[in-house]
Amino acid sequence: MADPILKVADLFTGYDGIPVVFGISLEVMPGELVAIVGANGAGKTTIMRTICGLAHPLKGKIMFEGTDISQHAAHQTLKLGISYVPEGRRIFAKLSVEKNLALGAYTENSKAEIHRRLEELLEIFPVLRARAKQTAETLSGGEQQMLAIARGLMSRPKLFMLDEMSLGLMPSMVEKMMETITAINHAGTTVLLVEQMVQEALEIAHRGYVIQTGKIVQFGTARELLDSEEVRKAYMGM
Amino acid sequence: METFVQVLIDGMLNGMVYALVAAGLCLIWGVMDVINFAHGEYLMVAMYVSYWLGFLLKVDPLLSVVAAGVFIFILGAVTYQLIIRYTIGRPGLVALLATFGLAVFLKNLCMNWFSPNFLILSDTWLGDKTLQLGNIIFPVPQLVAALLALVVIGLIYAMINTTRFGWAIQATALDRDAAELMGINTERIYLVIFGIGGACVGIAGGIMPSYLAVHPEVGSMFGLIAFVCVAMGGFGSIPGAFLAGLLVGSVEALAGFYIAPVFKYIAVFGLYLTVVFLRPKGIFGW
Repeated sequence: MADPILKVADLFTGYDGIPVVFGISLEVMPGELVAIVGANGAGKTTIMRTICGLAHPLKGKIMFEGTDISQHAAHQTLKLGISYVPEGRRIFAKLSVEKNLALGAYTENSKAEIHRRLEELLEIFPVLRARAKQTAETLSGGEQQMLAIARGLMSRPKLFMLDEMSLGLMPSMVEKMMETITAINHAGTTVLLVEQMVQEALEIAHRGYVIQTGKIVQFGTARELLDSEEVRKAYMGM
Repeated sequence: METFVQVLIDGMLNGMVYALVAAGLCLIWGVMDVINFAHGEYLMVAMYVSYWLGFLLKVDPLLSVVAAGVFIFILGAVTYQLIIRYTIGRPGLVALLATFGLAVFLKNLCMNWFSPNFLILSDTWLGDKTLQLGNIIFPVPQLVAALLALVVIGLIYAMINTTRFGWAIQATALDRDAAELMGINTERIYLVIFGIGGACVGIAGGIMPSYLAVHPEVGSMFGLIAFVCVAMGGFGSIPGAFLAGLLVGSVEALAGFYIAPVFKYIAVFGLYLTVVFLRPKGIFGW
């Protein structure tokens, strides 16, 4: 078996020194689509922020392709190939769609390469082409989410991390987003997903981890989790 | 009528220099949400740099501008590394008190080293020269300072809006975490912004000894006026600061001439209060 692209070992992390995540270990293999699911407040976003470098572990280790990135800043993990689309999209509201996308490829210096990536993503998200000159704040919720995803992909990440992308979107849009993520994964990008929409996330994922109050309570293949009595009861209301 | 135009022009020339000083303050506020209370003292230090280069090495202020700009850029960067860095993410009062302390320190340091006396540089290139167009007289030193201010503000504005580094500055100002996620080293952006903000006053202070005496208190009023311009223009808006600078310069000159010189600041701060009362976020504020 190949080495994992991301390996989180016994991670304790939180805010202002107060832990909200207690000893989590997880692995993501190259090419996989892994979902971290759980209720609001379980610590999912905190885990993501710690992996990408916006927060740092109180204890434990994060390895990315064999490099210890526990103490890396976010701009450094991006250079290694981790791109994180944060909860709430966090697009640059006052800047144009075009500038938002250009900033996604900030670390790439070749103009031709940036243009190539831009064209490729505008193929996937044609609506962004029509809105290229508008400021990002004028987009609808769904369009903003597409912009956030496209911006995150502009850096050509090896590991693409998405946080609650379904938040505030209508069901048909959620479905479309899930399809897009599947397509991105099929094209070869490893994806780590955080979702409150447990069923939708597990339907597209290969494997999943269920988090409850900062601890992993269950993990396995997406199929196993979807069939699990506890998961169905706790998160799908079945 | 001619007198009015003459006074207005004098005021606007001064106003452009105010605008440059304000642009530096505005940039730092816009990106970092920090009000640098030592901004006026940076100006004073720049004036001393230019004065001593002129007095000891016979370098004209017109050339010292570069040295003063670079010197205050470095002073700004060092201030960021030693002080400001530790105030980011803390309540706003922390940075305010820290920079206020720095202002007091710089002022007294210069008082101690250079005495409180007014120092005047004589025989500068621009000196007391004037330029006459019809019946309007342009004082050359102020004219050059104003044009220089205009060029520097224009360059900074163009840099922010057209270069990738400028976009990174905007991104950092809008959302620091999201900017980090784009691979932007926001710590470096902060450092450079504090430097550039400093360089703005550095350049303004570098040219000033051509027409203004240097003393340890000289920066205080400029700092205050810069603050007024930034608040009036709308915090973080460089065009706003520019417009407010022109407005303040004009009102100051007109009130000083038509009412009495002692009343000029009453007019300036009266204007400030009126604008802020009508538009609390400033002319260009949102």
